[in-house]
Amino acid sequence: MDINSIQDEIIEEFTLFEDWLDKYEHIINLGKELTELDTSHRVDENLVKGCQSQVWLNANHNKGKLLFEADSDALITKGLIALLIRVLSNNSSKEIMDAELYFIDKIGLGNHLSPNRANGLASMVKKIKTYAIAYSAINN
Amino acid sequence: MTNLDPYKIRADFPILHQDINGKPLVYFDNGASSQKPKAVIDAVSNYYSKSHANVHRGVHTLSQEATNMYEDARRKLKTFVNARFEEEIIFTSGTTQSINLLAFSIGEKYIQKGDEILITEMEHHSNIVPWQMLCERKGATLKVAPIFDNGELNVDAFKQLLSHKTKLAAFTHVSNTLGTVNPVKELINACNANGTKVFIDGAQSAPHLKIDVQDLNCDFYAFSGHKLYGPTGIGIIYGRKELLEEMPPYQGGGEMIKTVTFEKTTYNELPHKFEAGTPNIAGVIGLGVAIDYINNLGLVNIEKYENELLQYATKQLIENIPEIKIYGNAKHKASLISFLIGNHHPYDVSALLDQMGIAVRTGHHCTEPLMSRYGISGTIRASFSFYNTKEEIDKMISGLQKALNILS
Repeated sequence: MDINSIQDEIIEEFTLFEDWLDKYEHIINLGKELTELDTSHRVDENLVKGCQSQVWLNANHNKGKLLFEADSDALITKGLIALLIRVLSNNSSKEIMDAELYFIDKIGLGNHLSPNRANGLASMVKKIKTYAIAYSAINN
Repeated sequence: MTNLDPYKIRADFPILHQDINGKPLVYFDNGASSQKPKAVIDAVSNYYSKSHANVHRGVHTLSQEATNMYEDARRKLKTFVNARFEEEIIFTSGTTQSINLLAFSIGEKYIQKGDEILITEMEHHSNIVPWQMLCERKGATLKVAPIFDNGELNVDAFKQLLSHKTKLAAFTHVSNTLGTVNPVKELINACNANGTKVFIDGAQSAPHLKIDVQDLNCDFYAFSGHKLYGPTGIGIIYGRKELLEEMPPYQGGGEMIKTVTFEKTTYNELPHKFEAGTPNIAGVIGLGVAIDYINNLGLVNIEKYENELLQYATKQLIENIPEIKIYGNAKHKASLISFLIGNHHPYDVSALLDQMGIAVRTGHHCTEPLMSRYGISGTIRASFSFYNTKEEIDKMISGLQKALNILS
């Protein structure tokens, strides 16, 4: 599935939740289900610093596709990371560079992604895009 | 019981009557900034609608009117802190600028290589960084007095750190993170006896406690208008007149000069020497009206009622939130509570409270060294004002219980 199809799928999924409570419960569960980042990757050089919650991001590549895994010390942040990884991971650098992330706003969580929220999510997206740019520069 | 009626007071604050995320707003972030009574909002609006012109040196009527309003506010501030002279009140953009002004001017005059500046472990970054910068500039050393686990200052250690090298001590009256009210008078006396000049950061005390700079006998005292129910971008530094007169100006420009030639400039008298450029006139006037508003409620009443809220909230949190850990358990506290619950991340808890219309602050509260001392990266902080109610505290408690259910 391409990036926008996954975004649309997530938006569809979230229409099920009428109450903010259910929505946040779902996000928190997604965070809990996210594969633990190996401790060897939970290091300072992978740290995306937010003032409030921290995010660790590890990048790999396989057959021209970029793969991301990440973790956070806050559950809500972790849940949103799970969604971001579902959307962005396993795509080509060009697809990632071109991606416009509209799903977070559509599911009513745009405020968590605003740079002043200081939870590291905005920086994480920036870092993913930077990886994509770097990867594409090396391979072209 | 006090004679303040928070429900009546709330009618004066337009912003409090709204829903956030579909729930009535519960505003517990007063330590970061307090809300504004209609009188302050109207004063700022009326000033721009009817009385605005640049202050001082104007011959025309509007300029004189604006100058009168501006200088009236200075007199109100003089009375508010009980300064001897109105020229001891310097308007700044807030506590941060006040400290930077002081660090520059006092640094130029009094601080030399090998001197020491004494602060405490509970200072806000604003009362750390300007002194670090000064120390770097002058080759001086920053000394830090430790605190006890309960959040009280180790007064003996503070006194032991005072030496003939200690030219200045700068410490907070009330900790923005722990709520601790420091025994400032005792500390000031120790500094005065040692010949050490004293600056008090009053950002968190001015909204809650009566300040009397003559009784305290401190050299400098600063606070911000926006935490004191006034506009943003305005604050003051009080300085002992003899010292302000000796100190060089902080910034050069208009307003602060007496005569200018290309060879030599002479500086204006106090307080204008420290107020270069067109000041925040609307902010000053708004702050004056905020002072009137507070005086009308009475700081003694405010302190008493806010203490009731603090005691009530502390008790409710301890009784109803099993894994709560409160940071800052000093005997004398201002009305704020910093806490963590079990291993829950403050971000998660406060993001969920926000969904319920409850505004608290999370993070390191600009006191990273203090957070390191406790080995944590941040706390949740609820800070109360006289317009808050016990009913709102109950809402926070049930909000926290709901949040914990979701997170567990």
